[in-house]
Amino acid sequence: MSVIGDGMIQAGRLLISGDPEVLRITWRTLQITGTATLISVVIGVPVGVTLALRKVFGRWLMVSAVNFGMGLPPVVVGLFVWLLLFRYGPLGFLDLLYTPGAMIIAEVIIAFPVVAGFTLAAIQAINPKMRFQILALGANRWQFLWLLLREARLGLLAAVIAGFGSAISELGAAMMVGGNIEGLTRVLTTTIDQEVSMGDFVLAIALSVILLLLTFFVTAILTWYQQHRRQPQ
Amino acid sequence: MKKNSLWLCGLVVLLLLGLAGCAKKQAQAPQPPSPANKNLILSSTTDVQDTGLMDVLIPMFQTQTGYVVKPIYNGSGQAIALGAKGEADVLITHAPSAEQPDVANGDFINYQLLMHNSYVIVGPPDDPAKIKGLSATDALKKIAAAKAVFVSRGDNSGTNIEEKALWKQAGITPNGSWYLNAGQGMAPTLLLASQKTGYTLTDLSTYLAQQKNLQLDILVQGGKALTNIYHVMQVNPAKFSKVNTDGAKAFEDFMLSPATQKVIADFGKDKYGQPLYYADAGNIATGGQ
Repeated sequence: MSVIGDGMIQAGRLLISGDPEVLRITWRTLQITGTATLISVVIGVPVGVTLALRKVFGRWLMVSAVNFGMGLPPVVVGLFVWLLLFRYGPLGFLDLLYTPGAMIIAEVIIAFPVVAGFTLAAIQAINPKMRFQILALGANRWQFLWLLLREARLGLLAAVIAGFGSAISELGAAMMVGGNIEGLTRVLTTTIDQEVSMGDFVLAIALSVILLLLTFFVTAILTWYQQHRRQPQ
Repeated sequence: MKKNSLWLCGLVVLLLLGLAGCAKKQAQAPQPPSPANKNLILSSTTDVQDTGLMDVLIPMFQTQTGYVVKPIYNGSGQAIALGAKGEADVLITHAPSAEQPDVANGDFINYQLLMHNSYVIVGPPDDPAKIKGLSATDALKKIAAAKAVFVSRGDNSGTNIEEKALWKQAGITPNGSWYLNAGQGMAPTLLLASQKTGYTLTDLSTYLAQQKNLQLDILVQGGKALTNIYHVMQVNPAKFSKVNTDGAKAFEDFMLSPATQKVIADFGKDKYGQPLYYADAGNIATGGQ
């Protein structure tokens, strides 16, 4: 138990003193997971909206695929991305393995089905009569979509929060395709894993506390936005 | 509503300012020389990372030469496999029996002895199988006879290959509920053995680095059978055109240089009161310590 207590104390110390290495790793974590979340939203929201609104061919199968994707084992994603990005692999010419770019690719594959799935559910939860009403009021295509997204914003923000959560908590895939390289691909989760291997449990706990605080902070901002925009004035 | 938005904007601006501050600091590092192909992938055994040795050596190498090392740490089995596929430029591993076939078939060149230390068998302080002071093979025989818990790496790492060789020498095929396959790195395996009050084979350096978290004592050590030998080697550019030949050569030269060998020989003395590695460049490794 003393390890956990000591870890909390050290977390406070690292944060107050502004330890440059910890700040760099935290900032890099935010950059990589932030980019991955953004791309996941850019891909996932349109996919979710399309599947919710359009009666496309094989829709049932595609929705199943999205729901399946929400539970993709990260280590499998990591393995595939790793092998694809090998020097002598199919995508080796991109020269992306062991870079933040590789980590973003893996995290997007993990996070975008989550965003798409939540978006799909949020749009489908809107009363269908609302759609007819919007159209009846003479909205064009883009106005229609905009109003629909506005109406579903609670669920959409939940989608962003869930996507961010799965990206920032990623370890297996991040380790495999990023390689935990100091100054380049070392993020909070991979550093925690490394410190455990190096026997420094106190530092591992301290970094865990920092990771939790970071995740809470970002999630809290999104939640604040979600809850305070609920009633249009 | 408007007030709230203002708040949010303020928060975001503060956050960005803080982060920009960090980014600036980062950019002030001194600029080392700049080779044509800077990226160098090192496929290495995990224990040189877990002891902290590579955290000392890699920055030295990067400052001296301007290469950017991407160290990928795995068990020696996997580290060798990556090299043999041309997915790395230079290797540090400690499984001679697994390295030599790839040296013989030309996957690896400039195969050089780097350093050595020793393996030890660790176990619960009360030593239920009574192995203290025995030879490695006798100790394994007693552990098997007593069906005392033994935790194996089970990951085809250098240590795992050594362990399997020792069981073979002892004439035992270990199986049964007492023989646990961790399938993990050395540190997690040690922690598992400690929690399960079991025995395990470990390299001395990882044990020392992890010791404060373990209730395990060194019970068997010494002897030629327990020598842990590390080699450095380059991936053959004649076989794999994408290999960074110059970088790999520079790295190997750096590792074998007298100055680096001195750093290796001194590493850990201040923290553990004993060296973690014995520098061997140019020598043939002889028995344990």
